[in-house]
Amino acid sequence: MDCLLIKEGEHVSEGDVIARTKGMFGMFKNEAKARADGTIENVSSATGQLMIRSQQIPVQVKSYMSGTVVERLEGEGVVIENHIAQVQGIFGIGGEAYGRLRMACDSIDQQLTEDRITDDMAGCVIIGGARVTAAAIRRAQSIGCSAVVSGGIDDQDLKNFLGYDLGVAITGSEKIGLTVIITEGFGDIAMADRTFNLLKSHEGNECSVNGATQIRAGVMRPEILVPLGEKAGPDDSAFSGSDGLLEIGTPVRLIRDPHFGLIGTVSDLPAEPAILGSGSKARVLSVQLEGGDSVIVPRANVELIEE
Amino acid sequence: MSADQNDIQVILATDCGSTTTKAIMIELKDGVYRQTYRGEAPTTVEEPFADVTAGVVNAVTEIGELAGRRLVDDEGRIIRPARGNEGCDIYISTSSAGGGLQMMVAGVVREMTAASAKRAALGAGAIVMDTIASNDKRRPHEQIQRIRELRPDMVLISGGTDGGDTKKVVEIAELIAPAKPRPRFGKEYELPIIFAGNKDAVSDVERAFKVGFDLSIVENLRPVLERENLAPARDRIHDVFLEHVMAHAPGYPKLMEWTDADIMATPNAVGRILEQIAAKNGINAVGVDIGGATTDVFSVFDGQFNRTVSANLGMSYSISNVCAEAGMDSILRWVHLDMNERELRNRVKNKMIRPTTIPQSQEALVFEQAVAREALRLAYIQHKEFATTLKGVQQQRTVGDTFSQKTGGQTIVDNMKLDLLVASGGVLSHAPRMNQTAAMLMDAFEPEGFTELAKDSIFMMPHLGVLSQVNEQAATEVFERDCLILLGTCIAPAGEGKPGKKCMSYSMSGDATASGELAYGDVKLIPLGTGQEATIEVSPARGFDLGAGPGKKVTRTVRGGTVGVILDGRGRPLALPDDRQLNLDSIRKWIDSLELYPQPQEAEAMAQA
Repeated sequence: MDCLLIKEGEHVSEGDVIARTKGMFGMFKNEAKARADGTIENVSSATGQLMIRSQQIPVQVKSYMSGTVVERLEGEGVVIENHIAQVQGIFGIGGEAYGRLRMACDSIDQQLTEDRITDDMAGCVIIGGARVTAAAIRRAQSIGCSAVVSGGIDDQDLKNFLGYDLGVAITGSEKIGLTVIITEGFGDIAMADRTFNLLKSHEGNECSVNGATQIRAGVMRPEILVPLGEKAGPDDSAFSGSDGLLEIGTPVRLIRDPHFGLIGTVSDLPAEPAILGSGSKARVLSVQLEGGDSVIVPRANVELIEE
Repeated sequence: MSADQNDIQVILATDCGSTTTKAIMIELKDGVYRQTYRGEAPTTVEEPFADVTAGVVNAVTEIGELAGRRLVDDEGRIIRPARGNEGCDIYISTSSAGGGLQMMVAGVVREMTAASAKRAALGAGAIVMDTIASNDKRRPHEQIQRIRELRPDMVLISGGTDGGDTKKVVEIAELIAPAKPRPRFGKEYELPIIFAGNKDAVSDVERAFKVGFDLSIVENLRPVLERENLAPARDRIHDVFLEHVMAHAPGYPKLMEWTDADIMATPNAVGRILEQIAAKNGINAVGVDIGGATTDVFSVFDGQFNRTVSANLGMSYSISNVCAEAGMDSILRWVHLDMNERELRNRVKNKMIRPTTIPQSQEALVFEQAVAREALRLAYIQHKEFATTLKGVQQQRTVGDTFSQKTGGQTIVDNMKLDLLVASGGVLSHAPRMNQTAAMLMDAFEPEGFTELAKDSIFMMPHLGVLSQVNEQAATEVFERDCLILLGTCIAPAGEGKPGKKCMSYSMSGDATASGELAYGDVKLIPLGTGQEATIEVSPARGFDLGAGPGKKVTRTVRGGTVGVILDGRGRPLALPDDRQLNLDSIRKWIDSLELYPQPQEAEAMAQA
């Protein structure tokens, strides 16, 4: 500590002498020089370890969404408030992005293929119907689209596009030039009617999207936010508040093979567990499919859909 | 305690997992404790509930309905004590919801004190997010960056033997303190730091963590290089888990008020019960719990307990990672049906994004069990690499050791010495046929010699682990009668041979009789029911070893179970043919021999039903 020439909190530049030994008879002095610009964070009397905190770099953070700043979080950010229409996806890649909503498909079961993406969609958030193809994503990327939102995607296409197999579903930091959001699942699956119609009703509006997904404790799903500002209508958040009860007549989607993606209504809820094709025993329900067929599936393999 | 120890009639226990909350009821029947009913419900730590007790009440209500017993009052609280047809005497719980206990550990030398710190954290049921050490090949600013990125529930620091050099361990502390790691939950509370290093460094460590941390000091976990002292650090981790982590998780303060014993991290409870079994029976045991996100492996060899958690190997949240790590080819080598890889990839991802679905068709089940084999195999490899003798210990050598240059850090996991292999976790416990569970264990763990295979009937090892703290008699009785289902005994010689050539000959007498020869590459199932025993004399062919040495005959008494005695002549290490057709032939032969799946017409009938 006797050799130190600086104190905690002082600023040093790279190459500055920060410590010097006394040497012998004023000769043979050893010096230690700062290896970086910054401020002396701490000096340990126990170990002689000295830490230099480099200078703070100003970081510009873009507002994720338009609205009014209602709170300032010192050293962290701000809280922005606005009326919004929100769609939550099920899986996404890529981080925050912004753009005008553009419909690329006419119906929920139409695949989003490359020919549906036109040059004037540059900078837009493109909305598809069912599966988005790998070629369509590449086309969107090449013309500079902000984001692509569609019902489904083939995992093989996702792997080819990313260049690696996605292991753990913690996404959002991919540097791929655009954000991709899937609203329903993997494979050729149609976007939910209500989601499609909601996005369609806001076509042309600016929106914010984020593909960040974390399927773990503290689940995070991708989202599409359409700020409404003063145009906000009556609060329809009640729509999202399904009572979550399975009853006869409840509309459901089957979320596991061999019937993955099919939609129907609950037609029977037997109380007793049944033996499945796999040989397992589980509580099941009967679903009347849209095509008229009826199937029996485990209760765990359906999700409620709101009308 | 809500009831006298001697007058405990009804016990209720829950395990709050990341996906499901499982509840069991234990009742005193004819002077013996038995597990009687079980119920389960989705765990409710996420929005919109954000209160774990909602899931607990739902699971307990299901038990109540099945048992015809009122367990929850009108205010949604568990009724205690038991009166007539109402309530329970004890309520206890374990938890791994909300990601369980997540820790960062630090030590001076990665292979020595840092490894001991990691063992202490894992033994306490934690997921170790990262291990910081002076020799981890990262520069100090990279270590600081990493520490800042992590959001651990607590940090365990060790380093230095007592009376040794203090400088290095203080350096570690001085690196962590300015990095200011932030806790995962509750911004308002100070990050707990546990110091279990050189006692001479305590004052300097205290100085480093003076402001902004909740520092606690425990005994050095490696007081001398030759010995670990993990218990004080483990106990403190458990206390901090309760005081800080649980107290900040959604609904847990309420749950902690309800329970009659401290809530325990689920793996901690499982480890405790496995240690007890191994100690009581004087055996070497391995236990595995394969969950949705993680796979835990526990082992007790010669009294030494080890636990590892493979954070990204699991059957739902992590299923995609198992496929990525193992590779689709490795998974499909266990599959006897034709499957379209493109479609399978979508199925895997759909399971990942909707983790609570269950396989409906036989094809889906076969695929999930193939994934499970690979997840278990990878988790066991990680476990063997971690469960080693202490590194840094001076070896005393004699002339006789000249040709066996064993150093510290050798794995202590020895499949030939393994006596009992216990399976738990959905894919193993809920397999429609117990033969499937046995096959998954054999394929993934490759037990050698004579090994008993068992499964946790309805995943109640966590419940019994915590119950053993409150009422050991009840825990032991239920464990022996209702928890552990003995599948049978696997007899597998180590060694390699040529397909079709003799691997072993056998002669069995007792409750079942059988004799014959088994060729290399074949497996044979000999029925021997639960509670039955037989004496078997096995003569391995030249080059094969059953524990007595290559080609040496072994005679043992073996116990039967729900599956029976399995003679496994596939050799060790287990090698599957690279050629797809040969591979298919082998797999189909093993499936037939072990009666794993229903015949096609049988399966069709089940599917139609």
